[in-house]
Amino acid sequence: MNLGKKDEDSDAGLFFHIDKSTVLQEARAFNETPINPRKCRLILTKIVYLLYQSEVFHTQEATETFFSITKLFQSQDTPLRQMVYLLIKELSTVAEDVIMVTSSLMRDMNAKSDVIYRANAIRALAKITDSSMLQAIERFIKQAIVDKNPSVSSAALVSSLHLFGANKDVVRRWANEVQESINSKGPITQYHALGLMYQIRQHDRMAVIKLVQNYSRGSLRSPLAYCMLIRYACKIMEDEEPGSRSLYDLLEGWLRHKHDMVVYEAARAICDLRDVTSKELFPAVSALQLMLVNHKPTLRFAAIRTLSKLAMTHPAAVFPCNLDMENLITDPNRSIATFAITTLLKTGNEASVDRLMKQITGFMNEISDEFKIIVIDAIRSLCLKFPAKQSLMLNFLSNVLRDEGGYEYKRAIVDAILDIIYHIPESKEFALSHLCEFIEDCEFNKLAVRILHLLGREGPKTSKPSKYIRYIYNRVILENATVRAAAVSALARFAVHLPELRDRVKVLLTRCLDDNEDEVRDRAVMYLRIIDDEDLCKRYIADETTYSWPSLERKLVEYVNDEAAHSSAFDISTTPVITAAQERAERARVATAAAELAVPTLRSTQGGPTPSAPSSTPAARGAVPSAAGDAQAGYAAAMEKIPELAGLGSLFKSSKPVELTESETEYVVSCVKHVFSEHLVFQFDCRNTLNDSLLENVNVVMKLETSEDDDATALVQDKAIPIQRLIYDIPGTAYVVYSRPGGVCPTATFSNALRFIVKDCDPSTGEPDSEEGYEDEYLLEDLDLVTADYMLPSYIVDFKRTWEELGEATEVTETYALTNVASIKAAVQNLLQLLGMHPCDGSDMVKDKATTHTLLLSGVYVGGTKVVCRCRMVLGDDGVTLEVTARSPDQDVGRRVVDAVC
Amino acid sequence: MVKAQGTSLYTTKGVIILDSEGKRMLSKYYTNDYPTLKEQKVFEKSLFDKTRKSSSEIIMFDNQIIVFKNSIDVFIYILGSADENELILSHLLSSFYESLSILLKGQVEKRAILESFDVVVLALDETVDGGIILESDPNNVASRVTKKGSEADIPLSEQTVTQVWQRAQEQLARSLLK
Repeated sequence: MNLGKKDEDSDAGLFFHIDKSTVLQEARAFNETPINPRKCRLILTKIVYLLYQSEVFHTQEATETFFSITKLFQSQDTPLRQMVYLLIKELSTVAEDVIMVTSSLMRDMNAKSDVIYRANAIRALAKITDSSMLQAIERFIKQAIVDKNPSVSSAALVSSLHLFGANKDVVRRWANEVQESINSKGPITQYHALGLMYQIRQHDRMAVIKLVQNYSRGSLRSPLAYCMLIRYACKIMEDEEPGSRSLYDLLEGWLRHKHDMVVYEAARAICDLRDVTSKELFPAVSALQLMLVNHKPTLRFAAIRTLSKLAMTHPAAVFPCNLDMENLITDPNRSIATFAITTLLKTGNEASVDRLMKQITGFMNEISDEFKIIVIDAIRSLCLKFPAKQSLMLNFLSNVLRDEGGYEYKRAIVDAILDIIYHIPESKEFALSHLCEFIEDCEFNKLAVRILHLLGREGPKTSKPSKYIRYIYNRVILENATVRAAAVSALARFAVHLPELRDRVKVLLTRCLDDNEDEVRDRAVMYLRIIDDEDLCKRYIADETTYSWPSLERKLVEYVNDEAAHSSAFDISTTPVITAAQERAERARVATAAAELAVPTLRSTQGGPTPSAPSSTPAARGAVPSAAGDAQAGYAAAMEKIPELAGLGSLFKSSKPVELTESETEYVVSCVKHVFSEHLVFQFDCRNTLNDSLLENVNVVMKLETSEDDDATALVQDKAIPIQRLIYDIPGTAYVVYSRPGGVCPTATFSNALRFIVKDCDPSTGEPDSEEGYEDEYLLEDLDLVTADYMLPSYIVDFKRTWEELGEATEVTETYALTNVASIKAAVQNLLQLLGMHPCDGSDMVKDKATTHTLLLSGVYVGGTKVVCRCRMVLGDDGVTLEVTARSPDQDVGRRVVDAVC
Repeated sequence: MVKAQGTSLYTTKGVIILDSEGKRMLSKYYTNDYPTLKEQKVFEKSLFDKTRKSSSEIIMFDNQIIVFKNSIDVFIYILGSADENELILSHLLSSFYESLSILLKGQVEKRAILESFDVVVLALDETVDGGIILESDPNNVASRVTKKGSEADIPLSEQTVTQVWQRAQEQLARSLLK
């Protein structure tokens, strides 16, 4: 074996111990005359090999090599020439002055005879050219696009696609040639031409529709081209009014295409349609179902992945495939098997659960930890869906808990059990006894500590608390210090909550006083001291509240960075205190967000998660606001860097960007509204789309236009931070700061305009033609400041309880008739947008054709006031009748919420 | 580089060829997901560990769809974004593999690839251009790739291949004439 390996290495002869400096030495051969094509091509190959090994070439090395390679143009040897082109492309990103070879390349691309390297020359040329040179070669590229040789035409089209990013205007002028080449003989050339045509016309809706309709009749020969047509069709339908689907029939037709690729693309597209109905889904699901039994793993993978995603939103539509998916559980490709399980767990009904669990048990041992975790997560959500099956699930989980496995896997199981305990109270005692057994032999301290903590909290509330004490005390005897300390704390809780056990626990705690670890002794001493004092117990043990960790962290960072504040101690009282339940909810949210990232396949793919995307578990829905939180952290960090804005304190809420211009205008502006404790900051993200002008001193002029709110007059514009220079296509940000004394939170409308100095400049260099500029103004659309801007969506675990706790006394109710809303679904979407609150208990999911619905919302208003809101809707002949009821400790806030709907 | 989107033609994020020990033979990344050699190596190593024993041809890894093929003692991978059509990528892989197979006379293996590395890189260059599929017909790709230097100095070993080829042609012509 060893011998054979040696052999192989020496076979690799050419590249064995290859070294950059030696190769560059060898490259001197390029200067010899006459040129030896064979030798030179070999050296070029070596250089490519190094490049593809990601060897770093420094600019100077690359430039020198590049220019010695250009010497090889003297040789007319075709194979050598082709290799030269590859090198020119590969080195063009590192070397300098690559534009020097333009003329050599132009000669080759216009070569009369049909030499094979014409296409290579075009691609190399496009790679080295820049905007200023493009004008000069434009004519030749246009000619090449309509060349009768498909490979030349393709090369020109693909190069144009690469060039399009930076030279949109120039490439747009080639539309006629591109149009002509769609009818080319080469199938792949059609694909390229179609792709470029779309890029050129993408903002012209009618043109795209025509493009799709013209070529949907079968004049294209490349299946790739059809895949693109399908995507364009979807893009068109995305912008359509809900309910109308002009191009659906085309998609359905493509489901019968002879290429799997096209069939799959169409099926996938239908599954991704917004608000797709089960009737529309049916043919697509049938097509995918056929693919599930294909012998090619890729097809099965593609089909099951799509179905798995679909099952999150439309489990019923996927149901007919259940039998086929069950066969996939044993698929040799583990990714396919895992998708199959997770999908089945979503589509399964209560009756099939037993069978499914049996199947899963059968192969649990064969798969890697990573897949096991996915399966465990799926089982967890299944268990929450069918609480009646909890004993079966718990048995399964405790069985797998006993198997071998790494920490992550064990943690997933423990998490799942904890979740089940939390959501299904009946399962508590059963689950606790399983966990007790687990810690008897648990190699992971972290898990043992968590379970002990849980036992301390839940154990005293069970019917036979005394039996847990034995398990816990065993830990004190047998485990290491970390676990012992946790066990002592857990014991103490039993003593506090159960007076009848107090004396016995005290005996146990007294024994811990001899422990050889400080922490364990200290805890024991403390608990022994406070156990008999009710007040102290309440303060130190029974208190279930905690600080909100993220805000505590942020406050601490602020404190540490602020030298001036160091003279006094950190004031923890400004950190919001939350209950343990809230903390749990928060953690569940973060965990789910992380899980969503870990399984991105299951997520909506195009354009990331949409706020309206309904997900299957309540916790998953929490992931959306947390993503918004990330954006907010980004804004906060950006503003922190600006001295004028740094002192505004902590950011309460940032709105989503609002477009203040059309996307195809000279200047594109969007606005993000930030609410601070005493200020409002309007962040204007501006982009200059004119490459022949340079804007300086760009100010946003905001004026308070109208407001029905008396508080609006209190708003005072504080400062405005202009953009110094706004260069073509490089975004800039201007800020306007309003102070809101006393924390008033009015709704209002602002008129906005950009005021700036324009200077004409050279499109290619961006240098202004003259120092003189002229002032100009550009009107933007009005900006509304609404109630939602002051509202932070917040997740609450138990809506009903919060609702009851706030009580009727704080209630504000109003009834509205929404005449211009056609469906309950639309009304729900509107409400979510208007109020900016978080939907609870999955109430944002509306059944198709529902006529009544109740939407439950929760949020935190600026200043930290909690608000919950119930919206009851009835669909009548003349629109939706809506009753909004808000409860909040502060009735003013409730009133504002209710008033926001109108 | 333009970011890969649903409607753009940028389908491929990279092409990798590894040998039977996971050592890199050729890596071409079309996006900047793994900017440094170190990151690329880490990615390739874990990719190889995940796929070496697998008999299947597709995997979701590091938030990308990766289709791969094991041929004798090499692994060929094509990387695409997570929302790409799996079948397009697999089509591309098989077309690239077929063209190599034509060019390397059916011997898509480590020794042949290293011996004809020039042919392999040219075939790749004719298959994918900066992330866009340039040609998906293996015969077209193969016909656009030139072999080693000019006629004059073909070594003995290759001459015999040429002769064998000629003889085969003659034989075929004869059998057709009969």
